[in-house]
Amino acid sequence: MNDQRPFIIIIVIFLVGLVLLTKLFMIQVVDDSFSRRAERNAIQRVVDHPYRGLIYDRNGELLVYNNPIFDLMVVPKEFTVKDTARFLSIFGIEKEQLITAYNAARKYSSVKPSPLIKQISTTDFAKIQDFLIDYPGLFITTRSVRSYPTPIAAHALGYIGEINGQQLERDTTDYYEQGDYVGLSGMERFYEDELRGQKGVKYKMVNVRGVDKGPFKNGAYDTASVAGTNLTSTLDRDLQLYGEYLMQGKTGSVVAIEPKTGEILAFISAPFYDPNDLTGADFGKNYTILNSLNSKPFLNRPIMARYPPGSTFKIVQSLIGLQEGILFPETTYACNKSLVACHNHPSPVNLFGAIRNSCNPYYHQAFRRMINREVSSNTFKDTEIGLDSWREKVLKFGLGGRLGVDMLGEYGGDVPSSKLYDRIYGEGRWKYSTIYSLSIGQGELLVTPLQMANLAAIFANKGYYYTPHLIKAIDGDPSRIPSKYRTKHEVGVDAKHFDLIQDAMAEALYGTANRAIIEDLVIAGKTGTAQNPHGEDHSVFVAFAPKDDPKIAIAVYVENAGWGGRAAASTASLMIEKYIKGQITRPALEEYVLAGNFIY
Amino acid sequence: MREPDIPINRVDWLVVVIYFALVIIGWFNIYAAVYDSQAPQSMFDMSINSGQQLVRIGISVVLIILIMAADHRLFENLALPIYLVFLFILLLTPVFGKEVNGQVLSIGFGSFRIQPGEFAKFATALALAKVMERPTFDLAKTKNQLVAFGVLMLPIVLILLQPDTGTAMVYFSFLIMFYREGLPQRYYILGLGFIALTLLALGIENNLYLVGAIAILALILISIGKTSWKRTIAFSAIALLMIGYTYSIDWVVSKLPPHQQNRIMVLFNPDIDPLGVGWNVTQSKIAIGSGGFFGKGYLQGTQTKFDFVPEQHTDFIFCTLGEEFGWAGSFIVIGLFVALLYRLVVMAERQKTRFSRIYGYSVVSILFFHFMINISMTIGLFPVVGIPLPFFSYGGSSLWSFTMLLFIFVKMDASRSQQLGRIS
Repeated sequence: MNDQRPFIIIIVIFLVGLVLLTKLFMIQVVDDSFSRRAERNAIQRVVDHPYRGLIYDRNGELLVYNNPIFDLMVVPKEFTVKDTARFLSIFGIEKEQLITAYNAARKYSSVKPSPLIKQISTTDFAKIQDFLIDYPGLFITTRSVRSYPTPIAAHALGYIGEINGQQLERDTTDYYEQGDYVGLSGMERFYEDELRGQKGVKYKMVNVRGVDKGPFKNGAYDTASVAGTNLTSTLDRDLQLYGEYLMQGKTGSVVAIEPKTGEILAFISAPFYDPNDLTGADFGKNYTILNSLNSKPFLNRPIMARYPPGSTFKIVQSLIGLQEGILFPETTYACNKSLVACHNHPSPVNLFGAIRNSCNPYYHQAFRRMINREVSSNTFKDTEIGLDSWREKVLKFGLGGRLGVDMLGEYGGDVPSSKLYDRIYGEGRWKYSTIYSLSIGQGELLVTPLQMANLAAIFANKGYYYTPHLIKAIDGDPSRIPSKYRTKHEVGVDAKHFDLIQDAMAEALYGTANRAIIEDLVIAGKTGTAQNPHGEDHSVFVAFAPKDDPKIAIAVYVENAGWGGRAAASTASLMIEKYIKGQITRPALEEYVLAGNFIY
Repeated sequence: MREPDIPINRVDWLVVVIYFALVIIGWFNIYAAVYDSQAPQSMFDMSINSGQQLVRIGISVVLIILIMAADHRLFENLALPIYLVFLFILLLTPVFGKEVNGQVLSIGFGSFRIQPGEFAKFATALALAKVMERPTFDLAKTKNQLVAFGVLMLPIVLILLQPDTGTAMVYFSFLIMFYREGLPQRYYILGLGFIALTLLALGIENNLYLVGAIAILALILISIGKTSWKRTIAFSAIALLMIGYTYSIDWVVSKLPPHQQNRIMVLFNPDIDPLGVGWNVTQSKIAIGSGGFFGKGYLQGTQTKFDFVPEQHTDFIFCTLGEEFGWAGSFIVIGLFVALLYRLVVMAERQKTRFSRIYGYSVVSILFFHFMINISMTIGLFPVVGIPLPFFSYGGSSLWSFTMLLFIFVKMDASRSQQLGRIS
């Protein structure tokens, strides 16, 4: 009667086997999400952070290095202390401190490591190192922070910090992870790819409680980290240090360039800050304080501050005039103060005299001839054509656009075009009398201190420049620096026209900047005074020296310090002496600059 | 020329081979489950599970030899005494046993402990075979049904006192044997329908859908076939009962202890609480699922090695297999079980006495139930129930009881020619 029942039972047995195998096939072979979840469960990816590259100055002096800091870690479950007093004396902590840290560690996990003592210095680490084996459950982890043996050049070197969300999104190579440190400004940022090195990855297995169970597949998938590349900067440590010494308590910029190469020797933005403040545990706290100061120490003035070039620009005007055949050394104009204000000096003057005395009416008249060339019978049209043609020539001096220094955030300054005046006054409604301020470097002209220093380099080089830069060599190899810093830029003025200019600049010191004169070192310089509608004018001086074989070109801005012949010229002169001679022979001048009373 | 009448020549070697294959694969997996790559110990080390399991396997071999050497009439004659002895031990267990997590599963002296709930399975199988072997015994008769269920219910009640729901549940597997022995089909249809309705009521969020479906089904059944008041009333009453049941099931579930409620909920949605209630099932599925087709290799599993899967050397031993040997390994083990069960059905059918056939089907029932439920729970097809995988799971009581269960039948089968044909 029950003949079919055994078969039904057999069928059920086979069906169940089939159902189980099907379901197993689904989760084991078809659905691969379980494999990924298993990896997330048991395999921990540990990033091995490489050492960041070091930065040296041009003479091989260390500017930035990595300072190891040590954290003493504890695994509470394995940790026992027999003699507490001895432990406290070895590790140099208070009993309460130990108890607090230990309890916090236990609260976090009894099997996973937590810090017991944070940020142990190298010397303290050396003391405790030998005792570590006596205490099970204790070990040391090493981190490194940027450190600066001489706390200088904060703006040029920049700082590193945790990567932010935006930067993470922009990172198309997927190199970075949350919590990574990247260069945020200065060279640290610009040369991030060189400095960062290559991260290594270790895969380790952990159990359900997060306890380390050794390398995954004996480390078959692990990669070692590669240390970052060391950089050599163009900066001269001693010159930079001295410049910051002179600029302390002041607001302004000092940029010194080696004219023949475009290498930046000193890059000072005052007020500055100690780069060590933006490292390690206090980064956040210090950043907030510095960022809230009215003096804006984070503002990178040499590339971000823009001022009218003032009288210094007269040299550019002279050069363009000479090249265009509009001015000649013998071209003479009267110092007609009805055109534009001027100070008292012999009149009339030729070109040499105009530079030496910084004669405003001379350039008012010369510039009119450069602009109104009578190519159009319409005065307005003629001015427009003249201005734009002049502007082209000015731009070749590295003005009116970013130079391309190896720092982010550079501003380009401004050389106005006809379009700007069309916008302001309306097309055909402005002429030379509207724009004559440009003749003496005022009006809508804006340049950065870096561009001014570059002008000094151009004057020194008699007509060419290399884009100013902070990088001298990558991994000791000068040929690895970006090719744009090895490209010569001609400014379109023949070298012969520079002789008169250089002589006049050397002579100008006797007219406008007596303080800058050094007995056995010929400095060619030009004062400037950037007009400041908000208070005292800014003191400006550009110079190069020695005149016959220029080694240094410099631009100094001291804000609210009045006449260029005082604060700026004195500072520039001291810097030049320091760089060329290596020592200061005029303590009185140094005193004068340090005292900082330039308005009298 | 007659063969010498030695039962050993008639032993079904296929079953023996499959048994040892499963035991040895199980032993390797137990070692894998406790293996620590950082401090590897020998598979034979007595301080770890695999070493201890090896001793138990050795004892199992002794048990097998004793069973094979025994007189074939012994088990038939002692069936009822064995049953009564184990009932008595089960009765004593809650009083004298050792309490672990609120359950009293084992009894014994010192380190020698057994779980009588495990051994009572083959005792019950023997008792049922004894009771049901009479030619006049007919499971279609209510009186005989009551006797059979009585023999079955006694150990269930005693095991529930421990309380051990999982093991108690195993005894319902005898229904498979009852089916073979003629328990009317309507009980099974009713039972399966009941289970289906329960699952639907629990699984379908909104009971109204289910009620609607029942009502429509009832209307269709009423409208087809001949119209009679009796039929209409009967179908309506059944439909109403089903609807009432649908609504009462939620209430019943809410009255269950929280851990059982959770196990049921997790079955329908393992992701409701993956770190809490769903942990076991989730981690078990991850371990098995990450095995892929060929597995990660022996001793290379990460999920089972690093304690992500709880109870991995006992009830969740299948995870180790799934992770390290993948689908291929699962296929082999499931294939071995299915082959064993198939072989046992064939053997049961060739028995000359009703006693040994009933006992044979009882073996099939118990092994099949364990195999099905244990693997189902590791892959989330069944709620987590604490029952071992036969021959695989770590533990003496389960290995020995399954060994005795199986080899008593192997012995019966080997001696079948000596038995008088009494089959009805």
